[in-house]
Amino acid sequence: MSGWLRRLGKVLPWYLGGGLLLLLVIAALFGPWIAPAPPNAFDLVADLQPPGPGHLLGTDENGADLLSQLIYGARVAMLVGLGTVGVCATLGVALGAVSGWYGGLVDEVLMRIIDVLMAFPGILLAILVIAITREPSIASVVLALSLTGWAGYARLVRGQVLSLRNRPFVVAAQAMGAPARWIIVRHLVPNVLAPVLVQATFGVASAILAEAGLSFLGLGPDGVPSWGALLDQGARNFLISGHLALWPGLAILLAVLGINLLGDALRDRLDPNTSAADGR
Amino acid sequence: MPNPQRTGTLRGVRTPPHISAESAPARLRLPRKALFFAAVGLVPAVFCLGWAVAFPEQREAAFGLCRKALGAFGLAAGFALLGWMGWLPAFVARRLVSLVLVLVGASTLVFGALRLAPGDPVDAILGEQASTEAREALTAALCLDRPLLVQYNDCFWNSVLDGSLGHTFDVVPEPVIDQLAAHFPATIELAVVGMLVAMAVAFPLGLLAAFKRGTFIDHAASVLALLGVATPAFWLGPMLLLLFTVGVDWLPSPATTDRPAAALVLPAFTLGTALAGKLTRMIRASVLEVTGEAFVVTARAKGVGEGQVWVGHILRNAMLPVITVMGMQLGALLTGAIVTEKVFARPGIGTLLLDAIQRRDYPTVQGTVLLVASTYVIVNLLVDLLYAAADPRVRFEQ
Repeated sequence: MSGWLRRLGKVLPWYLGGGLLLLLVIAALFGPWIAPAPPNAFDLVADLQPPGPGHLLGTDENGADLLSQLIYGARVAMLVGLGTVGVCATLGVALGAVSGWYGGLVDEVLMRIIDVLMAFPGILLAILVIAITREPSIASVVLALSLTGWAGYARLVRGQVLSLRNRPFVVAAQAMGAPARWIIVRHLVPNVLAPVLVQATFGVASAILAEAGLSFLGLGPDGVPSWGALLDQGARNFLISGHLALWPGLAILLAVLGINLLGDALRDRLDPNTSAADGR
Repeated sequence: MPNPQRTGTLRGVRTPPHISAESAPARLRLPRKALFFAAVGLVPAVFCLGWAVAFPEQREAAFGLCRKALGAFGLAAGFALLGWMGWLPAFVARRLVSLVLVLVGASTLVFGALRLAPGDPVDAILGEQASTEAREALTAALCLDRPLLVQYNDCFWNSVLDGSLGHTFDVVPEPVIDQLAAHFPATIELAVVGMLVAMAVAFPLGLLAAFKRGTFIDHAASVLALLGVATPAFWLGPMLLLLFTVGVDWLPSPATTDRPAAALVLPAFTLGTALAGKLTRMIRASVLEVTGEAFVVTARAKGVGEGQVWVGHILRNAMLPVITVMGMQLGALLTGAIVTEKVFARPGIGTLLLDAIQRRDYPTVQGTVLLVASTYVIVNLLVDLLYAAADPRVRFEQ
């Protein structure tokens, strides 16, 4: 195998993943300035138009510009992705560290709760919660996805803490009389952040995918241009204008692909011992 | 069987008990667990007794819950005891104990999610303009006019334990279980065929990538796998439909009933794609991990043929974690089937669930979620047991 291809294989995930993520972040942050029209600028006369000079990606069934909706959708995707991971990782790191450090009854009870949550198909619980929420918002989608999502982080952190707690620097801190709170915050948590970061990266991608899935089922946040909802609308009209389903799906695919590429690259860099063996 | 060399004597000298205790067989660890579960089981039971004293009007429900808590945790403790007595292998006992716990917990989660979510289901069903009588009637039918504990016992657990899972909100109410029985086979069929599709793609691709590590083939397979993971089923479905039924007309529309096997092709492929991506990555990583193990090096060093090394040493060990992941993914397939069924308008529990959500038919929603969750838990248990049967190391893991 020639050397340049191998080198390319090493850097390509960073560039490609980073580029796609950058695109997503720019669209999410600067959407209102980039988008050619507001996402809800309905023009009922110009509905279901094919891609053309006026509307680069055509218009949907209400005559709104698809490209603008996709750009605004990036914000929804990022909010849900980062929000879910933020809630899950914070809760998971805190509970996992406490569970691993104190052990005993706390650990036993927490682990049994985590067993239940991890045995439950998370998206199903989210469907259940959103289905009974009236006018679900982005926050309710984040909460619904976080209900079971934190368990994975907690189990990961607990395992890491268990392997760290007898390491010399932790024992030394204990011997010097450092309180548990200090040891957890200053010694344990910083040392478990690398695998958490890797898992969080994949978590953003799967939250984006989950939100799109919920929206596709008609269970997404109300009144915002979510990619999944656009795709649902496109799928309903796809015999008339197939492009309506094509572009939102591509947006989801590229966002998830970019973040996963970055996650893989991060894992190889930070955590050479684990591999893709956990199947994510 | 404990290894006598490890527990009994070391170079002919009897090891003191505090050293041999470390390598004692796993089943001796169970009584602590059994005691623990018995203790935990007493907590809700005592709580319910206290409730019955504090709120005499809810006494019946509280006693009912008390009996159920004792029953569930008695069952768990019983499994643990069987393991301790050596009548059940320790790992089987451990998994059965956690099965009881997980099923109770998951059911409670479903109950809690439906009751504690913001918003009044009565408002959601009838709208805010409904008459007071209609609201009251529905509240009573939903069992929402009673205290939470009574709801939990009378409306939730009694309907679960009598096997009906409640009654649908139709003009003529039907047991939810009948609805589920009518819809579940189609979903199972889709999930199983989707799994087969995923395996048919992932095994050749993953093995090839591992054999040809670092080559163009490996990179191409990795990219394909990543694409598979990132492709949303609800996008792939319509695109495939557009291509194969509208574009070239090779396959019948999935809604047709005269060629059921052909109509299953696109949904199964749609459902299997994401799993194929995951499995490919998993198989590749697992094979590569085993390739570096000492026993592979040893086998090669003592002159075992390359074919035998791959089949007998590498693949045999590499496939074990893959089996576990496949079991875990069956649950993901069942939930993925919800989306796929919507895309292809196939009958199944996904369609049933979405339809019930639309009609605000809570008993059906609750029953569907319970069914999928328990299927998932039980399949995982079976896979774990199979795994332990295939890999003796698991059986002695603490």
